[in-house]
Amino acid sequence: MRFTLNGKSRTVNAHPMKRLLDVLRGECGLTGTKEGCGEGECGACTVLLDGVAVDSCLVPLAHVAGKKVITIEGAAATRTGKALQNAFVEQGGAQCGICTPGMILAAAPLTSHASFDEIRTALAGNLCRCTGYPAIFRSVQSALKASKRAR
Amino acid sequence: MRRKDGDAKVTGAAKYIDDLTFPGMLYGATVRSSIPRGTITARHISLPDGYTVADHRDIPGPNYVALIDPDQPCLAVDEIRHVAEPLLLVAHADKDALLHLDTRISIETRNGTPTYDPEASDVCFKKIAIDKGDLDAGFKAADVIVDGEYRTAHQEQLYIETNGVIAVPGDGRMTVYGSMQCPYYVHRALVVLLALPPDKVRVVQTETGGGFGGKEEYPSILACHAAILARKAGRPVKMIYDRVEDLLATTKRHPSIVRHRTGLTRDGRLTAMDIDVIMDGGAYATLSAVVLSRGVIHAAGPYRCDHIRIRGRAMMTHTPPNGAFRGFGAPQTLFAIEAHIDRIAEQLQIDPVRLREQNALRPGDTTATGQQLGRDASALAVLRDAVKRSRFHQKRKAWAGTNRGIGLSLFLHGSGFTGGGEVKLASKASLELTPRGARILVASTEIGQGTRTMHAQIVADALGLPYDAIDVHEADTAFVPDSGPTVASRTCMIVGKLLERCARDMRRRLGTLTPAQYYKKHGAFTVTSQYEPPPGLQWSDETYAGDAYGSYAWGCNVVELEVDPVTFDVTPLNVTAVAEIGKAIHPMMAIGQIEGGTAQGIGYALTEEVVMKDGRMANAQLTNYIIPTPLDAAPMDVGLLERPYAHGPFGAKGVGEMPIDGPAPAVINALRHCGFDIRSIPATPERLMRARLHHGFSKAGT
Ligand code: FES
Ligand code: FES
Repeated sequence: MRFTLNGKSRTVNAHPMKRLLDVLRGECGLTGTKEGCGEGECGACTVLLDGVAVDSCLVPLAHVAGKKVITIEGAAATRTGKALQNAFVEQGGAQCGICTPGMILAAAPLTSHASFDEIRTALAGNLCRCTGYPAIFRSVQSALKASKRAR
Repeated sequence: MRRKDGDAKVTGAAKYIDDLTFPGMLYGATVRSSIPRGTITARHISLPDGYTVADHRDIPGPNYVALIDPDQPCLAVDEIRHVAEPLLLVAHADKDALLHLDTRISIETRNGTPTYDPEASDVCFKKIAIDKGDLDAGFKAADVIVDGEYRTAHQEQLYIETNGVIAVPGDGRMTVYGSMQCPYYVHRALVVLLALPPDKVRVVQTETGGGFGGKEEYPSILACHAAILARKAGRPVKMIYDRVEDLLATTKRHPSIVRHRTGLTRDGRLTAMDIDVIMDGGAYATLSAVVLSRGVIHAAGPYRCDHIRIRGRAMMTHTPPNGAFRGFGAPQTLFAIEAHIDRIAEQLQIDPVRLREQNALRPGDTTATGQQLGRDASALAVLRDAVKRSRFHQKRKAWAGTNRGIGLSLFLHGSGFTGGGEVKLASKASLELTPRGARILVASTEIGQGTRTMHAQIVADALGLPYDAIDVHEADTAFVPDSGPTVASRTCMIVGKLLERCARDMRRRLGTLTPAQYYKKHGAFTVTSQYEPPPGLQWSDETYAGDAYGSYAWGCNVVELEVDPVTFDVTPLNVTAVAEIGKAIHPMMAIGQIEGGTAQGIGYALTEEVVMKDGRMANAQLTNYIIPTPLDAAPMDVGLLERPYAHGPFGAKGVGEMPIDGPAPAVINALRHCGFDIRSIPATPERLMRARLHHGFSKAGT
């Protein structure tokens, strides 16, 4: 199975029905993608698939053939990734950090003029038990502002 | 101050337990009971080669999980007390080979009759009595008596990273890595179970994806299981629970029943408080005695009253053991008193703020245990600030009779272990000189709350060095002293204070030299300091009287919400949380603790329902155990007040737990304002629908 992982072409020999989450963490050795539930409820396993945030625990490997996958390890190279990573540290969006990779990737497709409701909606499928969310919203808002300034 | 663990967490570099592998590692699984009570009569196991199977006969030491009472077996011998009772352990190199064990292992049992009602149980884990003044005299002085019964249910911690460990055996030693709050609890459990000398057991905390109490005592039994398998197989064994197993088997918040009988004068002064507290401990004692202890001590709330009687019992039932969860007994009893106070206000037709103002504890007043409060007692300050910030009275008036409601709660939370607990713990902290500054050596764990950052700030300030010159050693029992568990809002106030003392000692020893100069001239050195109680602190475990805590943090919550008149769904509109915590070492992280704890408290009040059916959690999935999502998050206004506590580092008190004490009663009081008489949580739409609409809302709010 061939796909692009964080900008590099990659071939993986695994069962086509294997969960993308397990392939990323196992065969690809990228453990930044987390598992919180394995049933599409928590978003800890969020990655970008052709630029769209998906739960990698629900995606079979076969589904990514020929597509582009971005994980937290490759997030810095995306348009908003670096600003989001920095803001999650500076604004308290990351406490225990287990939801953080998923949160950052769920927020990554947002444009710099996203409204508060658009931010909430983008993150709707991602659970955080530590922050209660206000600090995550502040992090995303400040990152979007920063990436606007940077452009 | 940039948090120490921030960059690793946002780049995916931070290593949590499931991110680690060891050469030759096996995966372990637990075979559990499926009945709530009974006796094992036969075990049939037919597994091909390649499996390692262990049962209680593979335990070299005594078969119990060492904590307080030695009552919980690590693996059942023949008695079964709950549906998740661990019976056997199985390991295999291929994780998938562990999937359908039930087709190859069968356990025959004789079923017993389970008890789920703590009041019907005949096994009591712990009883506590607190008496102050003369209750009869108090009731004689009363013009009015108000009774009430309040109930709270289980709550799941729901850290996003499930419980997990890896045990690595090696020539007479055992090392366990894992997600945990208390490495030395795990260490002790392993030393006892494996019958090894302490220096042959090593416990290392890996990056931990949330705890909230759920990784306080539970990791001990899991570490024991992995170690038994690892010892038998002679290979490392990884055990990570999936979400369903984590929900079914691990500890939850104790359900409670609290009954109040309260005497007051006509104008609202408390004259007598008679309080009965029952906690449902589940199948084994675990931490129930101490949860009950914190619960009863907080049961009279932040109020002054000369005549108080409190009785508490923790009872056994046939569900998986209940255990630590942020707040540790206090959210249950504070829910009861704060819901009760609003019922009293309603009955006496007194404004709920005025009733609280009149009775709130002030500096110099004594609590139920007879503790005289210091100048940092801040009940009135937090109350007034929250009322003002939220414009409580204006909204209360404007929304009367509508489907919008506003309610408040006032509370306190003791920082550190209860009573003589800190003296018994005798925690230690160390500081080691490095060429560029100092390295912190403590067993306090970073579980998201910011331990590393906050400790480094305290040390940097006390040493007069930049924050970046301070390193923090990982919580590894081979290197760090026992600083006690990371629980009870003690990591800042108690362990932080020890570190402040270490830093001051180190500074004296350095004299005029910089760390680099000293290091070059004389080499490294380490200073250690050990807990000593602040002068004058008195406590008696026999009479349950005295100074229950070194100090208290104080809080007031105001919740504004709206009830859908058709579906009875409740939408929180705004939450005001004012907290007086002595000194916020890192204000952003303190606010993060308050916002996160408040959200958990709102979930506790409204949506988080553990449906117990025949002793088993019937909704053991994230799909139907509902914690707040980004869409439910109400805007929060957090206010921090600081009234320094003389014996905390730079005046700091505890902050971590208190935020979860107040939201539930504030929600229920807001619902009362909307006309719903709710006395138990969670207040699900079904419960609201059933509740008597005693002065139903007529018009919709705006
Ligand atoms: S692990 Fe994929 S959504 Fe929870
Ligand atoms: S930071 Fe811990 S779950 Fe979000």
